[in-house]
Amino acid sequence: MDSKALIRTEGLNVFYGQDHVLRDINIEIPKNKITVIIGPSGCGKTTLLKSFNRLLDQIDNVKVVGKVMVDGEDIYDPAIEVTQVRKKMGFLSQKPYPLPMSIYDNIAYGPRLHGEKNRRRLDRIVEHFLRTASLWDEVKDKLHAPASRLSVGQQQRLCLARGLAVGPEIILGDEPTSALDPKSSKHIEQRFQELKTHYTIILVTHILRQARRLADYVLFLYLGRLIEHGPAREIFENPKEEMTKEYVQGIIS
Amino acid sequence: MNKRTIEENIFKCLMLGSTIFILFVLFLILATIVHKGLPYLSLGMLIHAPTSGYYLGKEGGILNAILGSLYLTGGATLLAVFISLPVALYLNIYCKKGSRLASFARFSFDVLWGIPSIVYGAFGFTIMLFFGIRASLLGGMIAVAFLILPIMTRAMDEVIRMVPVELLESSYALGANRWETALKVAVRQALPGISTAILIAFGRGIGDAASLLFTAGFTDSLPSSLLRPVATLPLAIFFQFGTPIREVQGRAYASALILTIIILVISIVSRLLTKRFTRHIIK
Repeated sequence: MDSKALIRTEGLNVFYGQDHVLRDINIEIPKNKITVIIGPSGCGKTTLLKSFNRLLDQIDNVKVVGKVMVDGEDIYDPAIEVTQVRKKMGFLSQKPYPLPMSIYDNIAYGPRLHGEKNRRRLDRIVEHFLRTASLWDEVKDKLHAPASRLSVGQQQRLCLARGLAVGPEIILGDEPTSALDPKSSKHIEQRFQELKTHYTIILVTHILRQARRLADYVLFLYLGRLIEHGPAREIFENPKEEMTKEYVQGIIS
Repeated sequence: MNKRTIEENIFKCLMLGSTIFILFVLFLILATIVHKGLPYLSLGMLIHAPTSGYYLGKEGGILNAILGSLYLTGGATLLAVFISLPVALYLNIYCKKGSRLASFARFSFDVLWGIPSIVYGAFGFTIMLFFGIRASLLGGMIAVAFLILPIMTRAMDEVIRMVPVELLESSYALGANRWETALKVAVRQALPGISTAILIAFGRGIGDAASLLFTAGFTDSLPSSLLRPVATLPLAIFFQFGTPIREVQGRAYASALILTIIILVISIVSRLLTKRFTRHIIK
């Protein structure tokens, strides 16, 4: 692989109680590229994504076997501080969930947790990341209004800005446009295109067209197994596995 | 009309009938209190403590009981919040979904909810004996705090349980730990419900007489110390009803009216607060 890998899994297996939801996943995620995880519903896409920032810890009876290396550290090592792992990654969920506070406080939440108290620096952080998420012009006059009043599209950009404000290297998106209207989706997709110069982006999507538009690198999962992975062009135009071919052609979904 | 429509109409009438019946009963209670109490309600009742002849129909008021009830229930509610909120947060943010401890705790609170308040009074009294506290404001606070704890905890538990998991996840994803998430996200999201829970518990506490019989005692003077007996409205009502003098019995109704108004004001405040706290809520 040409690019340096930032995330690498080694023999990753995930169980929910008796269910074996991820089976022996060995992958490397290229740096500063958009990696898209595709596959039918229930194949483990979201589980894989959430294994990268240990959001899986929140699920009851979950068991993770194997390693997930981020920046050369195994994040499931008991000595690792989970909040530090998560600080390296911004996370976007399917439906945006702004925190129950003002627009300003949403962005400042992460930096404050990690010790930033200087008011002027926080002001700068808030403005900078709202601009990065191209939300600044729409909200600059109502920074202290509740975030709940924004439209869903704006909320998702707010969540993007909020995630970026903790200074991550990686952006994780779990079908981040699925609750948005087409225009807002396009808006978010454009942000991803801009952001990939500085960030490693990993997206889960079930929209093949979106995967084609955005992906540099593709992982195809089926029933918890990694069927195929490779540069987007290869996967979409010349897949090696029959199952991948059928999926990208829309024969199975 | 076919059979199903008739059936639906019958049940619709029954449901409407029950609703009207309960409203009627409530109205009747209120009407009785107002009708019998209002003529005896005077400014003097609100701003004076009882004089020596008060219970024989002479001058005076029940300021001692009004203040006593507010202090006692206020203190008890505060004590209960410091226990209920951590419990509710622990059960929802720290315990796993199928946690046995959590379901056992919830079951216990439901049982405790049903225990008669006189039992809380007796229990409070044994604790007071143990610590050597006499019937006092403090003793009453502790007994009422015990009485309202299960109500407050379960009410908070229910509203914190409604906080979407994804909202908590977005806080964790930003590097917050559970404690920060509980305090800064779950509490804020559930704030309208939490404030309602506190006020419901306050309303329950201020109306209870039995838990205070042994624990708070009664006095004709205004509340002055945590360690001295204190008068409360429910007991003031009880004692005034206990006299054969008409005038004093009327004052009992007037006292009930005052208590009802306090509870009404609290309900209105709770509604207003809820509205105010709802603006940040994520749906």
